Amino acid sequence: MASVLTNLFDGVAYGMLLFVLACGLAVTLGLMNFVNLAHGAFAMAGGYICAVLVNNSGWPFFAALPLAFAGSAAIGIVLERALYRHLYMRGHLDQVLFSIGLVFMSVAAVDYVMGSSRVFIKLPAALEGQIDLFGVGIGRYRLMIVVICGLLTLALQLILAKTRFGSRLRAAVDDPRAAIGLGINVPQVFAFTFAFGCGLAGLGGALSAEILGLDPYFPLKFMIYFLIVVTVGGSSSITGPFLASLLLGIADVAGKYYVPKMGPFVIYTVMIVILIWRPNGLFGRTAAR
Amino acid sequence: MTALTDVSSQAAAGARWRISEVVFWLLALACAFLFPSRYLIMTDIVRLGLFALSLDLILGYAGIVSLGHAAFFGVGAYSAGLLALHGIINEPVIALVAAGLVAAVLGFLTSFLVIRGVDLTRLMVTLGIALLLEALAERFSDVTGGSDGLQGIEMQPILGLFAFDMFGKTGFFYSLIVLFILFLLARRIVYSPFGLSLRAIRNNPLRAAAIGVPVNRRLVAVYTLAAFYAGIAGALFTQTSALASLDVFAFERSADLMLVLVIGGTGYLYGGLIGAVVFKMLQEFFQSLTPQYWLFWIGLVLVVIVLVGRARIHRSVLFVPNLIIRQFVGRKAVVVPESDAS
Amino acid sequence: MIDFNRRRMLLWAATAAALPGLCAVSPARAEDTVKIGLILPMTGGQASTGKQIDNAIKLYMQQKGDTVAGRKIEIILKDDAAVPDNTKRLAQELIVNDKVNFIAGFGVTPAALAAAPLATQAKIPEIVMAAGTSIITERSPYIVRTSFTLAQSSTIIGDWAAKNGIKKVATLTSDYAPGNDALNFFKQHFTAGGGEIVEEVKVPLANPDFAPFLQRMKDSKPDAMFVFVPAGQGGNFMKQYAERGLDKSGIKVIGPGDVMDDDLLNNMGDAALGVVTAHLYSAAHPSQMNKDFVAAYKKAFSNRPGFMAVSGYDGIHLIYEALKKTGGDTNGDKLVDAMKGMKWESPRGPISIDPETRDIVQNIYIRKLEKVDGELYNVEFETFEAVKDPGKTKK
Repeated sequence: MASVLTNLFDGVAYGMLLFVLACGLAVTLGLMNFVNLAHGAFAMAGGYICAVLVNNSGWPFFAALPLAFAGSAAIGIVLERALYRHLYMRGHLDQVLFSIGLVFMSVAAVDYVMGSSRVFIKLPAALEGQIDLFGVGIGRYRLMIVVICGLLTLALQLILAKTRFGSRLRAAVDDPRAAIGLGINVPQVFAFTFAFGCGLAGLGGALSAEILGLDPYFPLKFMIYFLIVVTVGGSSSITGPFLASLLLGIADVAGKYYVPKMGPFVIYTVMIVILIWRPNGLFGRTAAR
Repeated sequence: MTALTDVSSQAAAGARWRISEVVFWLLALACAFLFPSRYLIMTDIVRLGLFALSLDLILGYAGIVSLGHAAFFGVGAYSAGLLALHGIINEPVIALVAAGLVAAVLGFLTSFLVIRGVDLTRLMVTLGIALLLEALAERFSDVTGGSDGLQGIEMQPILGLFAFDMFGKTGFFYSLIVLFILFLLARRIVYSPFGLSLRAIRNNPLRAAAIGVPVNRRLVAVYTLAAFYAGIAGALFTQTSALASLDVFAFERSADLMLVLVIGGTGYLYGGLIGAVVFKMLQEFFQSLTPQYWLFWIGLVLVVIVLVGRARIHRSVLFVPNLIIRQFVGRKAVVVPESDAS
Repeated sequence: MIDFNRRRMLLWAATAAALPGLCAVSPARAEDTVKIGLILPMTGGQASTGKQIDNAIKLYMQQKGDTVAGRKIEIILKDDAAVPDNTKRLAQELIVNDKVNFIAGFGVTPAALAAAPLATQAKIPEIVMAAGTSIITERSPYIVRTSFTLAQSSTIIGDWAAKNGIKKVATLTSDYAPGNDALNFFKQHFTAGGGEIVEEVKVPLANPDFAPFLQRMKDSKPDAMFVFVPAGQGGNFMKQYAERGLDKSGIKVIGPGDVMDDDLLNNMGDAALGVVTAHLYSAAHPSQMNKDFVAAYKKAFSNRPGFMAVSGYDGIHLIYEALKKTGGDTNGDKLVDAMKGMKWESPRGPISIDPETRDIVQNIYIRKLEKVDGELYNVEFETFEAVKDPGKTKK
């Protein structure tokens, strides 16, 4: 029983991590209709920024996390202004070609600068090991992930639903032309959203180094997972990808624990079945346009 | 009535062989004699070209995007490998067709999953199927050899006459002939009424259904056909390299394929072949330049291609040939391939 | 309209098609150059293996010069990304076009196997510098290995564990040939010594998260867990081992040394202290030669050499020595004959090439992870001398 709960907890932590990593993609894909396969590259950037700050410059882990966010967001906004915005109106195939190109470049560039070995971030001692909660082993690091990611999700939901920016974004997405007519600076809203999504990915990258491992091939390795989260969740809201991430996380952990040899099998089958059943994702409102 | 004759005459005109096409194939054949030391990479290009042709059939002609086309390639590869390994069918040509048919059966079965849904869903379902097959191949390692691949495949001579040699000469001619035959077939198909109806579906499924095209049945048919082609490409891979390992199913293979086709241009049978040539050449060039960081340069080329726009690149690359043509033929050159216009 | 466009496209394609030939025009082969085709995974998940070997070879050639027996050595490096069909194509092209005299490298077993028939056909030596499955050297009489076999270290750690009070072991191994080799040889020797395997988990080769597998290990309550994951994944494994609290629950980690690769050690954190592994090389090997090697390597590449680097270093040494012995003759049979039975002192200790199997014979050390001067090192405390590959001596 205890191990069931531990597994459940691990699954939730893993899922939350996936959500933070992928929700930026849900935004660019669902809201801005841009297939950005390079999303993982921003996550990787955040991871490496954090690693360099903590390991080489001796920053405390928690101080480096916001910088991982800010750094990735800054890279995101530069690339958005310089490159991405020219491609919003292009076809999906062009976008795929472009963003895969970016992934390749980022992989090789990071390999060149940082080397191809895996990088680990030195953690404060308080985050290592497990605590025992009524006989259920809870990893401290994973607990922290659940807390941070949970708060982020709440904040995101609130921003989207309650703030002025949230309503502008929703308006810009629903009908860009009408939104411009109403005096909303749509390109600015998109740029900001894009950068925010990249920042979240960067934060996710920094948090995931411990669990998923950080090396130059990160963007390629996890691209599929991000895509699964977004398609299964549907890209019209934040809740969809969130629940899909949790589902994926739990299915992955449980699959590996109970049927170790069939692990990946479980995930892909679940995904195909869901997509056949609901082609727009579990919580999709409309087709991804 | 005039509209109808118009369409059919246009189709007939499209189906006519052009001198440039003949030149293309003659050049392909000439390569075999011009560069006898490069059989292997040329075989690789021919295989990739066939594989890209297969994707073009569904993407360019029927508008189905797929990120999991390696599923059929892989099934073809393993079928050919297992047939040869266990001596079930020793003659390569028959084994090739058999492997293609196995892939076609899989294509037929999965087509019902794929034709539902929108682009993104199709992308993920096809990807999921390929990953699923990869996981299966890894799981049943007693049949497939797992992560180590099928070991010890020995190919018998083609038709009992031409043995595969170390330099890849037989392999190259074999692949080229297979490609040519399948290309002829594809050419016949895309200019047939069936092919035209596919294009109608790609442009507007609703309208196509309204004028009486059985949309789903046509999509199933072309998907099965494409699976057959991909299976043959996979079987060629196994037969010419005597290897089959898990990476035949890999996501990278499907993604590369997509890149090849988009570089070459979709909806245009030569697109895949040209893309294969360009992509492999680039890869080979950058790999010999810098074995460690070639990915960077490939990536840069992709980004530049998109930013500059394929149409403009094609125009500038074609500048010199155009100039020559203008000198000799005296016609004004118009150089935007069909796919770029859209 | 379309008609014209296509014609232009085709012409363009034809021009492109003509390119491979142009690139292929290689300079006339200088008679005094010895070419070595080095095929390594330089990109992809195995890239760190490739880089270590490439670095070590560069270092060796820097130290010893690039001429031997009056002939200049030229290395042609190719990246196969650990995909066997790439390996095969590259090997073929190196042999046919570049006329190389050796093929070397090979990051993973399938790659080494894919090249084996080519070595036989072309009668040139294939020097395996990384891949560690026993069967490799049996696939061609031209294969010589300077790395290790998993059987060498797994049998030794199996015997050691059985003798040192470990009764129940759970195993966690990557599901591919080397992993299965490690598992089987360990199991044989450990159960023969009276031990018991309580849980056996094979993890997929490409595996992001070990947590669920580790939970399974923990629940089966063994005395120790036997671990084999490919070089590079060891760091993640140890991190999660500590996170799961397995270090506190008294479950020790034992295994072949791949999991404790030197170039990752300092990232692992103190949780890894006390891990006992059997392996061929530790950067802490107490010989003057090794100290010099480690210092030179660190200076050149600002990183600690791991066992892959040593395998590469010894591989190129073997090629140099064989050429010296044949007096610069590059006949494949003569070279392989020269390599058979060759003995030398390597940074890892005394090694030799088994004349019968062409596989490496080396000391296997039992090491424990300890902190030395604030850095983590595998400290050797027991030596099994001149271990042959048990995968073959058994037959």
